[in-house]
Amino acid sequence: MCIGVPGKICAIHDAMQATVSVCGVQRAVDLTLVGTVDETGHTRLGQWVLVHVGFAMSVIDEAEALDTLAALQHMLELEPDVGPLLYGEGNG
Amino acid sequence: MRYVDEYRDPQKVRQLIALLHDAAGQLPHTPRAPLRIMEVCGGHTHAIFKFGLDRLLPKNVEFIHGPGCPVCVLPMGRIDACIEIASHPQVIFCTFGDAMRVPGKTGSLLDARSRGADVRVIYSPLDALKLAEQNPTREVVLFGLGFETTMPATAVTLQQARARGVTNFYLFCQHITLLPVLKSLLADPQSGIDAVLAPGHVSMVIGTGGYDFIPDTFLRPLVVAGFEPVDLLQGVLMLIDQTIAGRSKVENQYRRVVPDAGNPVALAAMDEVFTLADDSEWRGLGVIARSGMALSPGYQAFDAERRFHPAPQRVSDDPEARCGEVLTGRCKPAQCPLFGSRCNPQSAFGALMVSSEGACSAWYQYRSQECEV
Repeated sequence: MCIGVPGKICAIHDAMQATVSVCGVQRAVDLTLVGTVDETGHTRLGQWVLVHVGFAMSVIDEAEALDTLAALQHMLELEPDVGPLLYGEGNG
Repeated sequence: MRYVDEYRDPQKVRQLIALLHDAAGQLPHTPRAPLRIMEVCGGHTHAIFKFGLDRLLPKNVEFIHGPGCPVCVLPMGRIDACIEIASHPQVIFCTFGDAMRVPGKTGSLLDARSRGADVRVIYSPLDALKLAEQNPTREVVLFGLGFETTMPATAVTLQQARARGVTNFYLFCQHITLLPVLKSLLADPQSGIDAVLAPGHVSMVIGTGGYDFIPDTFLRPLVVAGFEPVDLLQGVLMLIDQTIAGRSKVENQYRRVVPDAGNPVALAAMDEVFTLADDSEWRGLGVIARSGMALSPGYQAFDAERRFHPAPQRVSDDPEARCGEVLTGRCKPAQCPLFGSRCNPQSAFGALMVSSEGACSAWYQYRSQECEV
């Protein structure tokens, strides 16, 4: 619940809804809290966001994202609870 | 994986440890009266145990594992109220998986489900709203739980529910706010906290300005830190440097994720939907004034407690359990008489053992050899 998972925005739909890719798995995410465009008006498509409970909470750079993903994958060896966060319910 | 190396590089960690030991030599603290740093966040606690960071610290520096795991401070009585609401046949009760196994007086939500209650584990609060729209003859209750990390998601979900006119959707609100509990802990002379490592993801939402009272009123240094070993060790070094220099200020080690202003959209959504509740009970810590959230006047129609009126519950913690002392740094997990016997991860008695971010669970998982001593 408290663990943020990085995802790369691969599609932006209506009403702030988007699809992110987390470890190759597509997940729905809400962009209300970061917006669909950045400060200069460029689309967030292709950017990395930190996702908490289905909401993008902040935009992060790719290095930070890959770092965190690797850390979570490493954690999975000890923490099966992290599985559903990374790979979706039922795949953990 | 080049990127991980940057924050886990053994050489970088070794350099930092050497710097830490050099700096700690200049502290007035001794191994018997160490500099006590409270890491507030459960994610930090987990990382400290997982990487054994506490063992790498100089002998005159010590971590206190604070109350920043929302599942760990969830009072038993609130779980009982959830179970009572979930037992209404028309209710679909939605919770994050973390809260499923927390024991109340009458068992956990998992037990309630096995007795026939419709309890569902969700990944996002929006899943619960979707269930409400798909099941117009049922009443869907979302168990809103957590600090400012999850609170904006609940707020935006309620804004969407109101905008779409969904009337069979309710919130059981157990959101809590970080700053009042920090104030309460620092004001307690027995807690002996010398410095604070503040949580990265809560700070990403609230920013760093709210922490100013910690140096200003309590004269303690505070550093917002990330979750990798290098982040945490850098945070500790920054706290030691402040202590040596006799400074107390708020510093931000985790700038790559935490803007000083926080997330203004999230703050605005929380401000619209929530208001501070008068008092809130924290498991192990008791009642802390104005530390919990309630729905603001414009959102009371979504309040599950107004709709279902669960019986008020106050369940005292077992006097033998020392959860509160662990949370305030007065006792190590293995010093509790229930630790590893009546209380273990398979059959948790206290919530600090339920969540993998709880100090007792982390201690059990990573320090089992010490537990056998």
